[in-house]
Amino acid sequence: MSSSPLAISIRGVSKKYTIRHDYTAPTTLGEAIVRRLRHPFARVVREPFWALKDVSFDVSRGEALAIIGINGAGKSTLLKILSRITEMSEGRVDLYGRVGSLLEVGTGFNQELTGRENIFLNGAILGMTRAEIRRQFDAIVAFAGVERFLDTPVKHYSSGMYVRLAFAVAAHLRSEILIVDEVLAVGDVEFQRKCLGKMRDVASDGRTVLLVSHNMAAVANLCSRAVVLRAGRLAFDGDVSHAIAEYSARDGATMVGDLRDRHDRAGKGEIRSTSIALRRSDGELTRAVRPYEPFEIVLSYDAKVPLAAVDVSVNIETPDGSRLLTLYSAFKNESFDVEPGPGTFVCRVAGLPLRPDTYTMDVFLGGNHAFYDHVERAVTFDIAPHDVYGSGRLPQWNEGPLLASYCWQAGGDAHEHGVLSARAARS
Amino acid sequence: MSVAKTTAVRTLRPTTGWVAIDLHELVDFKDLIVEFARRDIKLRYRQTALGIAWVVLQPIVAAGVLNFAFGVVAGARPRGPSYFLFTFAGLLMWNLFSMTLNKTSLSLVGNSYLISKVYFPRLILPISGTLATLLDFAIGLGVLFVLQGFYGIAPQWQLVLVPVWIGMVLCLALGAGLIAAALTVQYRDIQHILPILIPFMLYASPVAYDVTQIPESYQRLFYLINPLAAPIVGFRASLLAAAPMPPLPYLAWSALFAIGMFGLGAAVFKRTERKFADVV
Repeated sequence: MSSSPLAISIRGVSKKYTIRHDYTAPTTLGEAIVRRLRHPFARVVREPFWALKDVSFDVSRGEALAIIGINGAGKSTLLKILSRITEMSEGRVDLYGRVGSLLEVGTGFNQELTGRENIFLNGAILGMTRAEIRRQFDAIVAFAGVERFLDTPVKHYSSGMYVRLAFAVAAHLRSEILIVDEVLAVGDVEFQRKCLGKMRDVASDGRTVLLVSHNMAAVANLCSRAVVLRAGRLAFDGDVSHAIAEYSARDGATMVGDLRDRHDRAGKGEIRSTSIALRRSDGELTRAVRPYEPFEIVLSYDAKVPLAAVDVSVNIETPDGSRLLTLYSAFKNESFDVEPGPGTFVCRVAGLPLRPDTYTMDVFLGGNHAFYDHVERAVTFDIAPHDVYGSGRLPQWNEGPLLASYCWQAGGDAHEHGVLSARAARS
Repeated sequence: MSVAKTTAVRTLRPTTGWVAIDLHELVDFKDLIVEFARRDIKLRYRQTALGIAWVVLQPIVAAGVLNFAFGVVAGARPRGPSYFLFTFAGLLMWNLFSMTLNKTSLSLVGNSYLISKVYFPRLILPISGTLATLLDFAIGLGVLFVLQGFYGIAPQWQLVLVPVWIGMVLCLALGAGLIAAALTVQYRDIQHILPILIPFMLYASPVAYDVTQIPESYQRLFYLINPLAAPIVGFRASLLAAAPMPPLPYLAWSALFAIGMFGLGAAVFKRTERKFADVV
């Protein structure tokens, strides 16, 4: 036990969700009644799923603690319990101070309201009193840099202004305990730096920060201690560099996205994807491919019933969720009849025109106007650094995620090219 | 070395069964209640040419239509000085009921994006919606007073009973609305049932006709199955001297029913509240 006073004490916290093994679950009252009448004694198979199991740790006042783990490890569930959005199934949490939580930037922002009105609305939603907001109003406006647009409805704001204003309100929350989830994933790098700085101020102010992020640089920068969650359990608790090492070694470098235990999926479930992996042309599974390198996506599934004309899609996204590419079989009139039981789809990709960075893949299965399965962030992969242009230079983060094949040359008269020269255009 | 604070500001534990309403916490969140109500009011009339004038126009036009349908076409005009005032007063109460019921029933589903992202006592949503509706009602009441002056009807002492009628109507509407809201989270059907049920209830309520026009042998049954009748009749009697008060036993029944309805609604809402974020 450290000698500094406690901010949060978490004891044996568990959260149980009930998964219905029933892919035709009723969503309307009519369906529910009809099913009950048809099969009066049928029992829906329910399986408990523990999103969190027996998690215990303490956080001292003034500490900045990171919670890391892969998707589905229970990080967001824990934050939702601490911020009282959902209730735990077992355990106990003691909070020694007012909690402000920021699970999303701009919760409750309304497009039709002006910047000024949204500051008051959003501040109140985050738990500030009107007097507190009024006291901080000028600071919020200055931080966001939206003085001139205060009385303009935010629907006319650029996306950058919108995010800045939303974060500015949240950044001025004066709660003793601040809970932040992936907020750093939005906005440009310049803005992220500003947010990080603001959160460091909060921590050095003697207030307590709990941060969930996939951005290990931000985690290392801001936090001194981290806990690693794995499958709902506390896997590691200690110094941040050890935690990141532990996370990278055990969770970060998985080459195969195992989807069997992913419960955060959508769709009716007649067919479920069970794993996804990238395979190089030499047949080795890999986590990274070079730009334009040919490779295959190997997607395994398990079908419960025979299905005709199944469409497969793998969607490639940036870590903050912007869609870059959709590799949809239906675009190419390729669809598949599927027998019940396990099987595999393979997608041959001639190469991806993407800048070296980390990306994620979504998996989607559908067809016949039905939507069977969708798993977001099914696997994380890297486009490996590679000297595509043979110049030793590559586009940077602010130069777009895409690469193209191109070459520049000089020569010829403007009229020859069928365009006006600069001088002719001016006269 | 300072001694660590040993008492937690807040302890979170799993809850089960029925829970009481935390009034203290609702008071802590009073600014949010006001902000939500403010948002509702602002958004309703933003980008409309007539703006807040709609609050005045809407019941006047609706009362005119009811006047025509019931008074002229169906010939159900009750005896009394002004049939228009009669319908207008009935409609004010009706609107308070139907708007509160409708808004409350949609308050969770309509704000699901908030419920899954931030904590506040969920009861704030129906409460703030009701505040916004009460503002409309207050404006309508103002119009009614002006019309009264126009018809030369002097205010009477029964006016002090108006808060009682409002309270009864709100209890009925909130009680039913809270149950509907909790059910809608699981079954969206409720969203489709209410728009069918609400107009039906309008015709089953003494808005454009008077209970005294019903055959006497049925009046007892009427008051019994429609607890909304007594406060509507009572409200009208408080404002228009010509209209008679509802008989006391029916009034008592209606009041008991309203309180019971509100209690049941609040209890169901609080009991299911903890699951909202997981289901919505």
